Amino acid sequence: MKLSFMTPILTFMVIAGVMFYALFYLDPKEIPSELLDKKAPSFALPAVPGYGDDLSSENLKEGKITLLNVFASWCVACLAEHPTLMELSRQGKIDIYGLNYKDKPEAAAKWLKRNGSPYKRTGMDLKGRVGIDFGVYGVPETFIMGPDGTILDKIIGPITEKDLKTRILPRLTGDAG
Amino acid sequence: MIGEIGQFGLILALVVATLQGTLPLVGAARGNIVQMRFASNAALVQFLAVTLSFAALTVAYVGSDFSVVNVAKNSHSLKPMLYKISGVWGNHEGSLLLWAWILALFGYAVAAFGRNLPDSLKARVLAVQGLIGVGFLLFIVFTSNPFERVDPAPFDGQGLNPLLQDPGLAFHPPFLYLGYVGLSITFSFAIAALIEGKVDPAWARWVRPWTLAAWSFLTLGIALGSWWAYYELGWGGWWFWDPVENASFMPWLVSTALLHSAIVVEKRDALKNWTILLAIIAFSLSLLGTFLVRSGVLNSVHAFASDPARGVFILGFLFVVVGGSLTLYAVRAPSMKGGGLFAPISREGALVLNNLLLSTAAATVLLGTLYPIFLDAISGAKVSVGPPYFNSTFLPLAIPLVIALAFGPFLPWKRGDLKGVLSRLKLALSFVVMIVGVTWWIVDDGPILAFVGMGLFAWLVASVLTELGDRIKLFRTSLRQSLKRFLNLPRSAYGMTIAHLGVAMVVLGITASEAWQSEKLGVMMPGETVTVGGYDFQFGGAERLKGPNYDILRGSFKASKDGVLVAELDPEQRVYQSPPMETTEAAIWPMMSADLYVVIGEEDGKGGYATRIYHKPFISWIWFGAIVMFIGGGFSLSDRRFRIGAAKARKKTIEKQAKAAGA
Repeated sequence: MKLSFMTPILTFMVIAGVMFYALFYLDPKEIPSELLDKKAPSFALPAVPGYGDDLSSENLKEGKITLLNVFASWCVACLAEHPTLMELSRQGKIDIYGLNYKDKPEAAAKWLKRNGSPYKRTGMDLKGRVGIDFGVYGVPETFIMGPDGTILDKIIGPITEKDLKTRILPRLTGDAG
Repeated sequence: MIGEIGQFGLILALVVATLQGTLPLVGAARGNIVQMRFASNAALVQFLAVTLSFAALTVAYVGSDFSVVNVAKNSHSLKPMLYKISGVWGNHEGSLLLWAWILALFGYAVAAFGRNLPDSLKARVLAVQGLIGVGFLLFIVFTSNPFERVDPAPFDGQGLNPLLQDPGLAFHPPFLYLGYVGLSITFSFAIAALIEGKVDPAWARWVRPWTLAAWSFLTLGIALGSWWAYYELGWGGWWFWDPVENASFMPWLVSTALLHSAIVVEKRDALKNWTILLAIIAFSLSLLGTFLVRSGVLNSVHAFASDPARGVFILGFLFVVVGGSLTLYAVRAPSMKGGGLFAPISREGALVLNNLLLSTAAATVLLGTLYPIFLDAISGAKVSVGPPYFNSTFLPLAIPLVIALAFGPFLPWKRGDLKGVLSRLKLALSFVVMIVGVTWWIVDDGPILAFVGMGLFAWLVASVLTELGDRIKLFRTSLRQSLKRFLNLPRSAYGMTIAHLGVAMVVLGITASEAWQSEKLGVMMPGETVTVGGYDFQFGGAERLKGPNYDILRGSFKASKDGVLVAELDPEQRVYQSPPMETTEAAIWPMMSADLYVVIGEEDGKGGYATRIYHKPFISWIWFGAIVMFIGGGFSLSDRRFRIGAAKARKKTIEKQAKAAGA
């Protein structure tokens, strides 16, 4: 048996092994647990030109609950949650910060111009470095940040009506009362 | 009653498929002709049994029999008939039944049309096909039974996801499945050849039509899916490099490679091992795609219900099928005899280059799709791979592929002369300069890649037509002679020319629409007019209406150019009740030169509406190009040598072709 003829089967074995592991031990919707209830990693990022002030980790600890929403102009699923974010920002109950992930400044600005911006501040994570610190798996993702900058919860994928009702709004009323 | 009939059909099919997968293999090993011939009869019975089952499910859907869980979950009595029928395969269980049905259909087709195949080869092919059928039928019966009952039956069904209630999507899965399952036939042929230990040109002449058919259907299926995304998601994008899209794109890339390498096996008796490997990989990627979509290991915008038990089953099946076949390959392939030798610069060489580029492209897409899982498994880090990765790795492979595409058809077999070909392509080269120049003169702006794209388009069209001209000796003999030659060309020659022109159309569509799209987004008041891409769009206002099972917000726009009305566009936003969901129905006015694309959104509370208006030059050429490729595939498929297919007719056909090609 020549080695070159073994290559396909060996490659497949590696893939199958990882798939097997992924099926049982990995959940793409699961947050890396070590980040929950920890302080947000520190960062400072320039804003998307024309859309709010710059964003840094200091803004996340200003004594109130905030949302840190990871978005990108190339992200299709972001459109699904966009109306929800717009509605939230219109109600003014909570400040939403936008982490623009692996995007181009002009593309992001265009996207925000086109859809409207729900963000009080935005930060451009051009290389995805901050995203890695936050354990961003895909876009969109939304972090619910406590008053002192701890990560209270993380929503992977578009924010659904259910997420809004069960995970975001209760924290706000709890905060007020 | 109808559910039980369907269930009975499934069980019967499973039993027959098990026999079909075993007896003929034994027979072929022992040289028992009766056992070998059993395969054909079994294929027919299996086909009839699955047909019965599929018909039963269809009847349940059409008659809105909500005592069947599957119907209750995915249909609704108010749904239009088209979507009641497409609802049959618009869900997990039903789509698997469709898979199994097409699988059985194709198996039967091999049995029916394969009269000229050697008995042992035919028996083995059908047996492998039967074994694949066993896998799918087991999967359906044990984890995804479409005929499960619910008692008491609900009063009405829950309805089909509104995004899926669309003609484009109604036919998207069947075409994709025709493609995937078509690849199962080439897979079966590859396995049978490995068991037999020989591959001859007659084998390739059997593999090629099935690859062609599978490839054509895949092309059409992918195009339909992307067309659906284009008009239904309301965003004007048509390809997102989503894992589910990649799952259908990878088999397409590999089957395109297979399509070309099978020519070398057929004509020159070379590249056998490689072709077999490609056949295995093409089908393996189809299965891998199914696994990724159905198991939920990847996060995708296509929200299919995922179930761990199903994931385990598909992974196990994948392991047996792919692991088994690649092991067989590792054991048997080294003893296969290589065929004719060839120089690097030759038709064979060009096809090898085509194969290298296509399979590298498939590998890149595979890597990008699996990378998040790999990294997660190894380091626990979660990353996302978006269009930035795919665009920057895929383009550098696609561009040389298109450039090289022009050379291949000019090169003779065995040994070619690059200088001679280049001199024949002078005309094409000057055409490239001309088109790029004209483009630059018209738009005088755009990214470098856009001009590269236009150049590639010109290069491809000119070289394909030059090749056709060469073949029919245009201007080198009388026009009448040329016409005669043209009419006498084998259909596979037409097929190649047409399909390659299709590729050129796709290149033009992608380039122009990506580079020179213009758009206007914002709130518009009724009566307001904006100008986009040279067209004036007047917003006439919006009204609220009721549809059959949804509420409508409909805007009306008038698009005109230089004061002349071109089109009336009525985009809609629909709100469905069952299940509750909003969809965007973009209004699109397709033209040869551009699409006008209008979307209406929320009211802003002050009488204005959020609108998005696009002018997308040449975008419909992407899908026309795909259809042209499909037609090319069809021409090639109807070639005389495939219709005859017999080994004894082979010599004659080849002589005839050589004469017709004038080579």
